[in-house]
Amino acid sequence: MFTDFFYILRQNKVPVSIVEWMTLMEALAKGHIHNLDEFYFLARAILVKSEAYYDQYDVAFQQYFQGVEAPEEIAQEVLEWLKDPLNRLFQSEEEQALFESMDFDKLIAELEKRLREQTEQHDGGGHWIGRGGTSPFGHSGYHPRGIRIGGQPGGRHAVQIAQERRFKNYRSDLTLDVRQVGMALKKLRQLRRTGLEDELDLEGTIKATAKNAGDLDFIWQRSRKNTVKLLLLMDVGGSMEPFAQLCSRLFSAAHSSTHFKDFQYYYFHNCIYDYLYRDIEREDAVSTLHLLHTLEPDYKLLLVGDARMGPWELTERYGAINYYERNEIPGILWLKRIADHFSHCVWLNPDDQRFWVHATVQMIGKLFPMYPLTLEGLERAVGKLVVKR
Amino acid sequence: MKKDSFNQFSGSEDYVTSEPLENAVNVAIALGRPLLVRGEAGTGKTLLAHSIAEGLEKKLITWNVKSTTKAQEGLYVYDTVQRLNDSRFGDKDIADIKQYIKLGKLGQAFTSPKLVVLLIDEVDKADIEFPNDLLNELDEMSFYIPETNETISAIHRPITIITSNAEKELPDAFLRRCIFHYIEFPTPELMEEIVRVHFPDIKDSLLSEALKAFYSLRKIDDFRKKPSTSELIDWIRALIADGIPHDQLAKKIPFVGTLLKKETDYDYFVNNFANRRW
Repeated sequence: MFTDFFYILRQNKVPVSIVEWMTLMEALAKGHIHNLDEFYFLARAILVKSEAYYDQYDVAFQQYFQGVEAPEEIAQEVLEWLKDPLNRLFQSEEEQALFESMDFDKLIAELEKRLREQTEQHDGGGHWIGRGGTSPFGHSGYHPRGIRIGGQPGGRHAVQIAQERRFKNYRSDLTLDVRQVGMALKKLRQLRRTGLEDELDLEGTIKATAKNAGDLDFIWQRSRKNTVKLLLLMDVGGSMEPFAQLCSRLFSAAHSSTHFKDFQYYYFHNCIYDYLYRDIEREDAVSTLHLLHTLEPDYKLLLVGDARMGPWELTERYGAINYYERNEIPGILWLKRIADHFSHCVWLNPDDQRFWVHATVQMIGKLFPMYPLTLEGLERAVGKLVVKR
Repeated sequence: MKKDSFNQFSGSEDYVTSEPLENAVNVAIALGRPLLVRGEAGTGKTLLAHSIAEGLEKKLITWNVKSTTKAQEGLYVYDTVQRLNDSRFGDKDIADIKQYIKLGKLGQAFTSPKLVVLLIDEVDKADIEFPNDLLNELDEMSFYIPETNETISAIHRPITIITSNAEKELPDAFLRRCIFHYIEFPTPELMEEIVRVHFPDIKDSLLSEALKAFYSLRKIDDFRKKPSTSELIDWIRALIADGIPHDQLAKKIPFVGTLLKKETDYDYFVNNFANRRW
């Protein structure tokens, strides 16, 4: 019964499993559902396990029970085609001139118009919405005032990214694999006996009692607690934009882990100089020296960044990407200070390992052991952080 | 439409529900599955369990989960120290291990001779492994005590309500076994009903003015924690006690400290809005 509904739900990316489906069947068989309204709410309660999927559930429900395509579908299909970027970057002067003057509202209106006209997937070319072209719509193309739909940024001149605000709300833990990352971080622990002696040492008590000729002698010990303190420094903005989602997963997992003794996090852009920042917008600054003075060397340091930048940003005085930073000390020396201060450091790089040949990646890789930001890379990095020195 | 065949929940005197929530509760009861409730703080997740217990006239057993709570504590605790102590001073029969097994909240719910409501509050506060450790127990509604070679299985499957603030991701295997309901923030109409449950004699003019001020406060996105139902109830209680003329509410929100609990939010409000007309 309703088996097609199950598949439509799965098509809409609602994570429904057989177990839940069987539960729904059980509820139906027992006669708890009397009309479509009840079916809507009960099926939702049984099948959908997060409010994040309520919207997709509604779309699927409409599709199945009315045979009517929901309006969101159009945008969904567009995203669907645009999945793999062609990353071609070329420019057509005429098209550019045509749209140079358009403001954002006009672009949106034009997008809607062309969406209505267009009926199939389109790559390249200069008018239709598609991939790798020079039309102001679509992605991986190049147009100075263009709106990007899906995909990853190739040319970076889009007026506005027609996608969700990605770096905001790092804490809205809706991504799927936060848990996996959390499990990997869980391995980051060093159990030490600390605090009050409040745990009964059974072995010790038996031994002491035996020695005491059967007269009871309790032995207490301190309970084991995790002593790991974690410091997370993340590169945000610019070239890290495509990895926003990935990084937010790591952040969410680390932030929600309760098992660290202390967890601190700061942001930077491309490289670290005199200041680190408490917020993503990089307004609330903290002096790097202050951190080095106040954080003990036994903090485990996790750096996240693509390590790709202009070589001068690393090696030159005043090389910071933000002109006003006016760093007297080149970035690479700052990084070296940090690497020297903390006894355990790793660098997680979300970029494809093919790009690690880049000069600055190589230089930073010499200071910090570098691992890819994948589950497997993270596990190796965590392994590196807990080895005894 | 025969509905009286199983325990039917339809809210209680001081708790206003919505139809989807009632349905979710009833199907969870009928299928014997735990009901996982999520929603913004202050939307009455915990109160729901109290209301079910009251509405169905069942006993409520509450297990408050904390960051240090372990799954084992919910099942039973073996009091070794007491037993050792008794072995020394010998006024009890220490061969009877049973008397040193103390059942936890889950164990109490299982062994209760009558059907009970079991509330596992804020399940996501505990360690990331916590829900997994309870999978089997919640599924089979039984557990084994090796010390006494005894299996405790539920006489009646308790009506299990689990609340979560979504602080941590819950494991998929755990979610698959639950019925899920998300409590949305009440609409102004529903809120009016909720307030009337708490203050049956409230004057219409005061209620509408208070709700207007409350929902306009909630529109401000910059608060760390937006005021929720429980704060509104407290605030209205303060307003009634003080007897401030209602039309003044429109000019200036009195007792704003009852609505905004975080210091930063309070400061933000005082600095930006205190002298504005609503």
